[in-house]
Amino acid sequence: MITKRIIPCLDVRDGRVVKGKNFVGIRDVDDPVNLGRRYNAAGADELVFYDITASSEGRKLFIDVLERVASEIFIPLTVGGGINNLDDFDRVLKSGADKVSVNSGAIRDPSVIGAAAKKYGDQCVVLSMDVKRVDGRFTVFGKGGRENTGLDAIKWAKRGYRSGAGELVLNSIDTDGVRGGFDLELLEAVSDVVDIPVVASGGAGKTEDFIELFKKLPRIDAGLAAGIFHSGEVEISDVKKALKEAGIEVRI
Amino acid sequence: MIAIVDYGVGNLFSLSASLKALGIDAVVTGDRKKIAAADKIILPGVGAFGDAKRNLDERDLTGFIKDQASNGKPLLGICLGMQLLSDVGYEYGVHEGLGLIPGEVRPLTEAVKGLKVPAMGWNALKIVSECPILKYTSDGEYVYYVHSFYVPKGEYTAAYSEYGTDVSGVTRNGNVYGAQFHPEKSGATGLKILKAFEEL
Repeated sequence: MITKRIIPCLDVRDGRVVKGKNFVGIRDVDDPVNLGRRYNAAGADELVFYDITASSEGRKLFIDVLERVASEIFIPLTVGGGINNLDDFDRVLKSGADKVSVNSGAIRDPSVIGAAAKKYGDQCVVLSMDVKRVDGRFTVFGKGGRENTGLDAIKWAKRGYRSGAGELVLNSIDTDGVRGGFDLELLEAVSDVVDIPVVASGGAGKTEDFIELFKKLPRIDAGLAAGIFHSGEVEISDVKKALKEAGIEVRI
Repeated sequence: MIAIVDYGVGNLFSLSASLKALGIDAVVTGDRKKIAAADKIILPGVGAFGDAKRNLDERDLTGFIKDQASNGKPLLGICLGMQLLSDVGYEYGVHEGLGLIPGEVRPLTEAVKGLKVPAMGWNALKIVSECPILKYTSDGEYVYYVHSFYVPKGEYTAAYSEYGTDVSGVTRNGNVYGAQFHPEKSGATGLKILKAFEEL
């Protein structure tokens, strides 16, 4: 059977990996290629790179980083950040990405999901959603979590799935950086309505959070985290070992 | 020298990069002279069976690749490239393949119930027969799959993975090999398979 995946996420700004809490207060962490190498050696099942630079200069640096990583690390690479149209898909796919994650770009123009799925295949298109509770309702936020779009997260997930997205990444703004565990309530609500892989993101603080995720929600395919892996507080190899001991199939 | 056949389908960055990392000379080309000059051929591919076959036909590569393989040159098909080596594919219609490895390509949805399609992720390889490109691979090693169609396990299956049914992972007919997964995305295990292919 296909294993559960553990995915470290690298937010890249001006060619460096950075990390913020609740989407603000950004700190410098490491060189992306070094970090990618470390995670590959530790057994990461995939790497996610988000380009969080706004400048064209930063974008060039990002493509350079992507090509360097793809030239030496041979596991699936997902790229997101600043993806608005098919040209953006093309640019990162040519530089070594396997999957492309679209977020604010799809909120602005939902047709990009279907167009990309038709051109590159469903498996290539990842819909990433930043979700926060507003008046008790799961609501989609755009622009890196700064803008309330008013979109209902469950409906938006369904729409993305029906339009041809091959995977969903669900980032909970409420649990991001808090390290109290994944947002199981949100993950369950969304994974019930789609039939594609769902990646849980936001809130992992310790190894047990991953075990809880897959035990309680078997429909979730992968757990994604950033800060706890970057700091070395949680090692990917330990997470995978613990999952295996808990009877969950992982690649070791 | 390995020729990676460029026929307008898929992204060849990682495949070229992985061979380069192994120190293997490779050229990405759709030029018959260059393919003829190489000692081995890799037929990559993502997308749909019919489109890919048409692309090969339009570039006059179908018969040419069959001839190269029939003359004994090692050929490795990867993912859709592996499926194209079969006799027939049933993706959006019925399409004739290269017929180099007997068998057919079936939709996964027909075999798996309640599982997600495309099948995407890491799965364990179960080795059923000795195969030169698996000489460095142990039973149970994980490889990375992304596919919606599959070749059922059969006489030409050298290794398979379980995903609701037995999915051929590696197929072989003499000097012609297929890998349903992506060796160029399967970490150290995938690199060992590419290295073994180069050493044939």
